[in-house]
Amino acid sequence: MNNGRYGAHGGQYIPETLMNAVLELQQAYEFYKNDPQFNEELQTLYRNYANRPSLLYYAERMTKDLGGAKIYLKREDLNHTGAHKINNVLGQALLAKKMGKKRIIAETGAGQHGVATATAGALMDMECVVYMGKEDTVRQALNVFRMELLGAKVVPVESGTQTLKDAVNEALRVWTERVEDTYYVLGSVMGPHPYPEMVRDFQKIIGEEVREQILAAEGRLPDVILACVGGGSNAMGIFYDFIKEKDVRLIGVEAAGRGVDTPENAATIANGTMGIFHGMKSYFLQDEYGQIAPVYSISAGLDYPGIGPEHAYLHDIGRAEYVSATDKESVEAFSYLSKMEGIIPAVESAHAVAYAMKLAPTMGKDKIMVINISGRGDKDVAAIARYMGVDLHE
Amino acid sequence: MNRLEQVFAEKKKVFISFITAGDPSLAMTKKLILTIVKAGAGIVEIGIPFSDPVAEGKVIQRANIRALSAGTTTDKIFDMLKETRQDTDVPFVFLTYANPIYAYGCEKFFARCKDVGVDGVIIPDTPFEEREEFLPFSKKYQVALVPLIAPTSKDRIKMIASQAEGYVYLVSSLGVTGIRSNITTDMKTIVEEVRKATNIPAAVGFGIAEPKQAYDMAKVSDGAIVGSAIEKIIEEYGEDSPKYVYEYVKKMTEAVEAAI
Repeated sequence: MNNGRYGAHGGQYIPETLMNAVLELQQAYEFYKNDPQFNEELQTLYRNYANRPSLLYYAERMTKDLGGAKIYLKREDLNHTGAHKINNVLGQALLAKKMGKKRIIAETGAGQHGVATATAGALMDMECVVYMGKEDTVRQALNVFRMELLGAKVVPVESGTQTLKDAVNEALRVWTERVEDTYYVLGSVMGPHPYPEMVRDFQKIIGEEVREQILAAEGRLPDVILACVGGGSNAMGIFYDFIKEKDVRLIGVEAAGRGVDTPENAATIANGTMGIFHGMKSYFLQDEYGQIAPVYSISAGLDYPGIGPEHAYLHDIGRAEYVSATDKESVEAFSYLSKMEGIIPAVESAHAVAYAMKLAPTMGKDKIMVINISGRGDKDVAAIARYMGVDLHE
Repeated sequence: MNRLEQVFAEKKKVFISFITAGDPSLAMTKKLILTIVKAGAGIVEIGIPFSDPVAEGKVIQRANIRALSAGTTTDKIFDMLKETRQDTDVPFVFLTYANPIYAYGCEKFFARCKDVGVDGVIIPDTPFEEREEFLPFSKKYQVALVPLIAPTSKDRIKMIASQAEGYVYLVSSLGVTGIRSNITTDMKTIVEEVRKATNIPAAVGFGIAEPKQAYDMAKVSDGAIVGSAIEKIIEEYGEDSPKYVYEYVKKMTEAVEAAI
C-alpha cells in the first residue's frame, strides 16, 4: 500500500491509536473503489438522490457585462443539500456502511459538510455526531438546526479558535475514543492518507461532468477553471480531470480575509510554510515555532490554516495557480452574481467569482472560463446582511 | 550506558512524571522539574506546548494554552533545560508534536537536544511509518525516539517494539490523555507482546492518577507515566504548586517502586 505522498506532501501523521483504523480504511477503500457494485450504488445515489449531473450554465449576462471570456458556472449549488460536499459524503457513508460501521462523525466549518453528513446519516440509518467550532455555530446557526432536524447531534467545540481547525482536532480526539465502531467522514482533501485521495476521487465527478458538458456546448475544453480553496475539495474535484490537459489553466482562490498582507486572512499558499498537521505534510499558516496561526475569513468554510497536500503539490510543480480574494471583494461578488444571474452563491464560492470578475475582462471573447459554484448562498444571507450593516428581523 | 538505560537498570520500576514547559512560567518549570526529581521520579517528560495538541485531553490542552500565552517558545525551553541540567542527572524526555520539531528544523532540534542533555523525544502524531522524518537525526545525535503502542496496535506491536529506543510508551486506554477512574485494557498481554520483541523497558501512561493504578501498571510493566494529574495540581495551585507536586510525586513514586 502506498502512504499517499504528493511530492513532499501528504503522509499519515496520526496518533498510533488511529493507525489500524486508518489502515483498515485504506484497505477497504482500495477494494471498493474498484468494486463495480459499490460504484453502481454510488452512481445511483448521485443520480437519484443528489441530483447529478449538476448543470453547467452559460452565464450570458455576466459574460456580456464583464466583456471578456465566455463564462460558464458549474452548478454544484443545485445538488441536494446545496453544495458539492454531498458527493464526498455519499461515497464515504456508503463505504462506512460496507465496512460495517454503525456510527459516523464529522467536522464542519460552514456547516455544509455537517449537513451533508447528517443527511447521509439519516439516509443510511447511522448515528451521526458533528463537531463544529462554537464561533461557527453562531455564524451558521441555521445549519446547526438543519443538522439537528436531520437527526444528528451537533457538538460545539470550545477549544482553540473555535473554528474549523478546532472542529477537526476534536473529531480526531473523539475518534481515538471510539475508533472501533466509528467512521470519521472527513470533509475535504486533507488529513492522513487515504482521505486526500479518497475525497478527491469522490469529488472528481465535478470535473468529469464539466468535460462532457463543455465539449457538448462548445466542442472544446475551457481555457481556465476557477474554484475557491479552503482545504480544497471542490477545487480538486473540478481540477482533477483537467490536470493532464496542459492548456487548461487551473486557478484556486484562497480567502484573503481583511487582506492578504494583514494578519487576518486564511491564504495558505500565499502566506503559509511547510509543516505537519492534521495528519499531513503540507503548507500551513504558522509562526516560526510551528504554532498554527489563528486564521480569519468571512467564510467559515475557507477559515482553515492549511491546504490539502495535492494542492500543495500542484502549486510546487506550477500546474495550478493560487490567488486570493478578500472579504470585501467576495461580498461584492456575492451581490453581483445574485443580481446579474439570479444565483446566490455560497460566500465560499463567491471568492472564486470575485477573482473571475477580475480575470474575465482581461481575456478575449473567444476564451472560455468555468467557475465552480461549489454551494448556494442561502446559509450566508444573514451573515452577509450583518456584514453590510443591514438590520434583519426574522 | 546512557541515562535512560541507567535509570531503568537501577530502579527497576520507574515513575515518570510529565509537565508542560512554561506552565505557568519557565522559571516555575525549572523549579517543578527539580521538585519532581527531589520527590523521587526517575524520568521527567517535558511537553513543548503546541497550539493544537490532538492527543491531549482538556487538562493538558489548557496547560498548553497557558504556556503559549506566557510566551513560551522552543528556544526558551532549551535554554531553561540547559540551566536545569546543571542541577540534575535525571533523564529528560520531550513530548511534542511533529510540527514544532519540523518548524524548528529536525536536525537543529535533535542537535540542541543532545547539546542540552535531553535524552529522548516522544512525538504522539508520528506513527512508526512516518518516523523516517526524525529517525536519522535521533540516531545521529543519540536522542532516543520513544515510540507509543496503543490498545489498538495489535499486529503492529512487534514491528514497533522491535525498533524501539529508550523505552516503549504504552498507552493504557483509547482516547486522549486525562484521568480515568479505571483502566480496562489488558496491559499484561500487551506487555508480554512487547517483551517478545524487545529488551527495551516499557512504561504505561494515559489515565493514571491514583497510587493504586500506578502500582498496578508498574506491576505488569517497567513503570508508570502521569501527566494530567500533575497538571491539575499546577493549574489549581500555580506558584504554590511545588509543595503539592512534591507530595504527589513522592506518593506515586513509592507506589511504583513498591511494585518491584
